[in-house]
Amino acid sequence: MSAPETRTAAELADALASGDLTSVALTQAHLDRIADVDGAVHAFLQVDAEGALRDAAAADERRGSGQPASALDGVPIAVKDVLATRGLPTTCGSRILEGWVPPYDATVVARLRAAGLPILGKTNMDEFAMGSSTEHSAYGPTHNPWDLTRIPGGSGGGSAAAVAAYEAPLAIGTDTGGSIRQPGAVTGTVGVKPTYGGVSRYGLIALANSLDQAGPVTRTVLDAAMLHEVIGGHDPLDSTSIDAPLPGLVDAARRGADGDLTGVRIGVVTELGGEGYQAGVLARFRESVELMTRAGAEVVEVSCPHFVHALATYYLILPAEASSNLARFDAMRYGLRVTPDGSPSAEDVMRVTREAGFGDEVKRRIILGTYALSSGYYDAYYGQAQKVRTLIARDFDAAFERADVLVSPTAPTTAFKLGEKVDDPLAMYLNDLATIPANLSGVPGISVPSGLADEDGLPAGVQILAPATADDRVYRVGAALESLLAQQWGGRLLDQAPALEGAR
Amino acid sequence: MPDTPGGAPASISRDELAHLADLARIDLSDAELDHLAPQLSVILESVASITGVAGDDVPPTSHALPLTNVFREDVVRPGLTAEEALSGAPAVEQQRFRVPRILGDEQ
Repeated sequence: MSAPETRTAAELADALASGDLTSVALTQAHLDRIADVDGAVHAFLQVDAEGALRDAAAADERRGSGQPASALDGVPIAVKDVLATRGLPTTCGSRILEGWVPPYDATVVARLRAAGLPILGKTNMDEFAMGSSTEHSAYGPTHNPWDLTRIPGGSGGGSAAAVAAYEAPLAIGTDTGGSIRQPGAVTGTVGVKPTYGGVSRYGLIALANSLDQAGPVTRTVLDAAMLHEVIGGHDPLDSTSIDAPLPGLVDAARRGADGDLTGVRIGVVTELGGEGYQAGVLARFRESVELMTRAGAEVVEVSCPHFVHALATYYLILPAEASSNLARFDAMRYGLRVTPDGSPSAEDVMRVTREAGFGDEVKRRIILGTYALSSGYYDAYYGQAQKVRTLIARDFDAAFERADVLVSPTAPTTAFKLGEKVDDPLAMYLNDLATIPANLSGVPGISVPSGLADEDGLPAGVQILAPATADDRVYRVGAALESLLAQQWGGRLLDQAPALEGAR
Repeated sequence: MPDTPGGAPASISRDELAHLADLARIDLSDAELDHLAPQLSVILESVASITGVAGDDVPPTSHALPLTNVFREDVVRPGLTAEEALSGAPAVEQQRFRVPRILGDEQ
């Protein structure tokens, strides 16, 4: 493999700054890599070679005149297809938006453009971000670069696979119940769910407003911090955006890289690591905790008794919000319109279009949400779920009194085979067991690669959670763990991935 | 229909599913009704485990952050042009969205 696309974003930024590399050459190298391997991986739904090279040329010009727009100016990126991109098709992995070209940019995308990052294209995802395997994309599944017969996680499997397959140094994902962290874990990449409200949701096609959060997908913790600082911060276009400055994330990641965790209290969550977790995943997790202990961390067991109800709570709140959000896909103002024979009414057109345009998982969740919100059942289901959400938030509050960060395996298993769980929604939902509590409470979390499971030689991840707005803590502890593990492995976990050259 | 401790039914029949699909404005085929009804029942049975977990003394949380209304100055700013706003529409006529008939025959 040629050099540029194997380097981290931080290294690429340095090479651009010193003039060793141009953004055009770097962007072209990634486009070549995409052409070479994406036929096998299918991380991308759209590749915008022309736009990316145009933006790269502009970045080179800014560098030439000594005025780069940001530290990452000229470093290319891939964007999950859930974010609106002006002039570039945005489908959310659904037939109902096939060919839709947004007339505006999501704030995250606008910030990437303002910071000078060329956008390589849009990445594959489970339809409307509903899923844990990227098999629910209407445009076909993405394959895990570690083993092409396996899932790359979901719903942001395309973003994680693009980064793991060296098709992009950086990517944007969104995390509603774990869709950045779980794909990160199963592809050996770093995924961050920022504090809810820490990154704007404007222009992010909503799945569940109270849970959705955009964030970085990268190969290192430092790269994630750099990207987070570009996309994060207050946005007046999003009423749920936090109006406070971000803590120093890059500083925290650099500080953590020395591997010293003296004085840091790490809470191991009893409820996130027992039954249902693969032995090899748990073994790698315990090793990581051991490494952190040796680096000076104090480890405490914490119990969050209501976490056992998190999955059920989530699968009531999410469909309820989704059924309401997806009502906008009504065949009237944008997207697909299927017109039945005769003289159909708007309602007839709506029914037939939604039948044709939505996939099975989307229909399942819309109907479940319609049920949970319907008169008579509202109190028993949705109302009760909102109360349990309070109890889960209280569990977090109590746990963070005893520990600075909480840790667990990110996903209960390594990547399973494509097709293995697609007809068993409950089995699929279990993949988000450990990641969901953070979404219900809005706290930030990172997944850091923890090694390969003994059973199958596939990547596993460690999740590190911090209190809301203390995103710097996940970067500090994440960078420390990453550095301790790298010393043990003699490099990054991704260096151990099988080659994909000439896969096409 | 089996009841949950909270008093809500924990399964969905084929007819109820058809009714819900109607409310959600999705035309499900017979095959989909047969396929989805048992799946939804299994999911519902599983999520019903939370009924009764929280008592009346627990306030509901709708959002991870406390929300406050956001205001801005009432100043004219550029927005989408009519052409841009209509650019994704399935049908357009005279700078408007063209939609199928909204009123039924009896109206």
